[in-house]
Amino acid sequence: MTTLTVNRKKHDVDADPSTPLLWVLRDLLHLTGTKFGCGMAQCGACTVHLDGEAVRSCVTPLSRAEGKEITTIEGLSSDNSHPLQVAWIEQDVPQCGYCQSGQIMSAAVLLREKPNPTDEDIDMGMSGNICRCGTYQRIRCAIHRAAELAGAGAKGGAK
Amino acid sequence: MSGKERIGRRGFLKASGLLTGGLVVGFQVPLGQRAAAQAPPPGAGKLPPPNAFLRIAADGSVLVLLAHSEMGQGIWTSLPMLIAEELDADWSKVKAQHCGVAPVYNHTAFGFQITGGSTSTHSEFDRYRQVGAMARQLLVQAAAEKFGVKPEDCKTDKGVVTAGNKKATYGELAEAAGKLPTPEKVTLKDPKDWKIIGKDTKRLDSPEKVNGTAQFGMDVQLPGMLTAVVARSPGFGGQVKSFDSKDALAVPGVRQVVQVPSGVAVLADHYWAAKQGRDKLKIEWEEGPTAGLDSKKLREEFKKLAGTAGNKAAQAGDAAAALAKGKILEMEYFVPYLAHAPMEPLNCTVKLSADKCEIWSGTQLQTVDQGVAAQITGLKPEQVEIHTTFLGGGFGRRATPVSDFISEAVQVAKASGKTVKVVWSREDDIRGGYYRPSFLHRAKIALDEKGHPRAWDHVLVGQSILAGTPFEAAMVKDGIDATSVEGVADSPYLKEVPDHHVHLHSPKTGVPVLWWRSVGHSHTAFVMESLIDELAHEAKKDPVEYRRELLKDHPRHLAALNYAVEKSGWGKPLEKGHFRGVSVHESFGSFVAEVAEVSVSKEGILKIHKVTCAIDCGLAVNPAGVKAQMESGIIFALSAVLHGEISFADGKVQQRNFHDYLVARMFEAPLIEAHVVPSTGKMGGAGECGVPPLAAAVTNAIFAATGKRLRELPIHVDQLKTA
Repeated sequence: MTTLTVNRKKHDVDADPSTPLLWVLRDLLHLTGTKFGCGMAQCGACTVHLDGEAVRSCVTPLSRAEGKEITTIEGLSSDNSHPLQVAWIEQDVPQCGYCQSGQIMSAAVLLREKPNPTDEDIDMGMSGNICRCGTYQRIRCAIHRAAELAGAGAKGGAK
Repeated sequence: MSGKERIGRRGFLKASGLLTGGLVVGFQVPLGQRAAAQAPPPGAGKLPPPNAFLRIAADGSVLVLLAHSEMGQGIWTSLPMLIAEELDADWSKVKAQHCGVAPVYNHTAFGFQITGGSTSTHSEFDRYRQVGAMARQLLVQAAAEKFGVKPEDCKTDKGVVTAGNKKATYGELAEAAGKLPTPEKVTLKDPKDWKIIGKDTKRLDSPEKVNGTAQFGMDVQLPGMLTAVVARSPGFGGQVKSFDSKDALAVPGVRQVVQVPSGVAVLADHYWAAKQGRDKLKIEWEEGPTAGLDSKKLREEFKKLAGTAGNKAAQAGDAAAALAKGKILEMEYFVPYLAHAPMEPLNCTVKLSADKCEIWSGTQLQTVDQGVAAQITGLKPEQVEIHTTFLGGGFGRRATPVSDFISEAVQVAKASGKTVKVVWSREDDIRGGYYRPSFLHRAKIALDEKGHPRAWDHVLVGQSILAGTPFEAAMVKDGIDATSVEGVADSPYLKEVPDHHVHLHSPKTGVPVLWWRSVGHSHTAFVMESLIDELAHEAKKDPVEYRRELLKDHPRHLAALNYAVEKSGWGKPLEKGHFRGVSVHESFGSFVAEVAEVSVSKEGILKIHKVTCAIDCGLAVNPAGVKAQMESGIIFALSAVLHGEISFADGKVQQRNFHDYLVARMFEAPLIEAHVVPSTGKMGGAGECGVPPLAAAVTNAIFAATGKRLRELPIHVDQLKTA
């Protein structure tokens, strides 16, 4: 039995320690916002945070996640109020939407590292996440917009 | 739903206790056989039964039922816009939902339920508006009775009916309106009065797609459900000779192993156990018809065929005789097989009982899926229910005429007796066939004294998508699969060439092929727009001017071309080392021009800086959505230009995942400027037509930059090196 902390909630999980975190989240905890895309850390659809760092949960064994704070897309906000979610809706980013959980989770770490990222920073930070609908340009705009929103929020301005 | 409810002209807005415990008044949704019995025959010219498409609840919320599948293309927003416009709905109260499978939802032109051909919005333009108008008429009538005024004294706006100082919301009127007979006739708004249609409108599905709550087929969870993965033949069409499941069954969590026509399925408590179980299966395969399949040999065969006459796809004058005199240009183009690789790997969940088969999946082809499931289970089609989820990308892969991934899941459910979700791994997807067919084109062209083509002989060699499918009888004529030659046989350039001949060879290779976003246009636009660029060069003319000369009688091509060219700054100075290329192509009833701006380093590093795009699709119901589709199509095409290639060696597919089947990523994404050309032309599609022009726009720009003419995709760096 492994105890996992996901989105601040503790769960006891009965699975082999080598089981990828992705399948624990999706098939055992039924947190299906984290997506399966490739199973080999190539597409980024399964990106979650482990103690605040972006990891590809499809290649992260359950054993590595034990004792760490896991954040999934469901834990980003309870009401779509995270600046990235606000910006994503405002910029009409999603198309099919399947990759967007992973895109947003990657972008969240990028913004923490670089609160005002350049286009090159975004290229570097987001090229591990594939979008077959080709929403890259809107993701780029939305990250810039989220940076603005977060900056304004940090200064006590509009949320 | 109670058995008493009926769909008919009466009872359009019927009290229904289904939605929230009897408090809600709304339109009922027909499902299964009741809808089948009531559906008007296609083309009957009658008004649609509106209760199939719309519900208004007591709280004033408006639910629009979608007869098409949302796979990213934005019909979740554009179809509700059509109803909301005529209904004068409060847009903030409009929601959408996929419908079930029933004849009432058949495509207005195709006669069965399908999402494809970039047709959803324009094919529903009348039906969805009529539904909105009928509902509005009933609500007004109910209000008039309530207010004691004439219907013509009532006005509607944002979900409220007013007459003088009297007012009532649609929610308040829904129950009374539901008791009125549905109108026999409706009048649609004059376009000048539109408040929603034609206005940039944000997607209705964004909120649930940014917090993980949107339900894709992959996310379906049912009580007692097992997850299965299937071991399929390493070569196409191979059969299981024998298998040993002992080690697979020993994997913790694995519950059952069953044989199905496509291979051996491992059922487990969750995906990971199922996959590990599959890895431990020992299977002996009977090789299929593609044993020894090899891409290089295939290409040689295509080349040989290109030297012989094929089936006639288009002809005027005598191309052979005309080409016998004067200088001839001869060019050969080639494109490989391509996988769709939607982000959501294929999956399908099936719950089977003695008298019912329920299917949950993101599918583009419900009627066919229903029929195939009925055949496998021995049930009647109306006993097969399909719950269409969001599609994590489709691009054509989720519309197989043989329902491959749906039928397989039904087979697994039948063989195992379990409720089961069959999940494909990415490797299963990349290696699973149903590719865009590889094509070889060979053209011989002679120019007249103005530099315009006077004779043109064009041979295409590539597999037919429709041969051997239920669509063959209707869509393959005289040996010509229209999807093989679209974009060449009907080219506006060829129309102007007095002597031309288009031939087609459709070799059978055993590789399963399928429509891939933009279908035939995905290769024909590359070839035609490259050839025109070659001819412009030969004629020593500017590529834009040359196209204007040839397209002078094709106003919509010209409109798109001129718009994109102007917005791109064509002819104006560029940053040092940057070059432009242009391309224009009609597909799916829309006309799209793209100008690519590129640079190529001495080491052969290609950078696509910007793509300027203009589309004439007639009326754009949601211009913001159309622009998003242009961006999407351009990136989809870019993957094929830069990377896409499925190849075969020793009968097997050589790629398996995103590390060797590369697709475009953020760092490769150019700035895209998409424009919608104001147009009163006939409505066309938007989902696919952004794809075709991109390849030639890029390779034509590369020619401008390097003098190298690329006649093959994908582009390889070593082709571009100049150092």
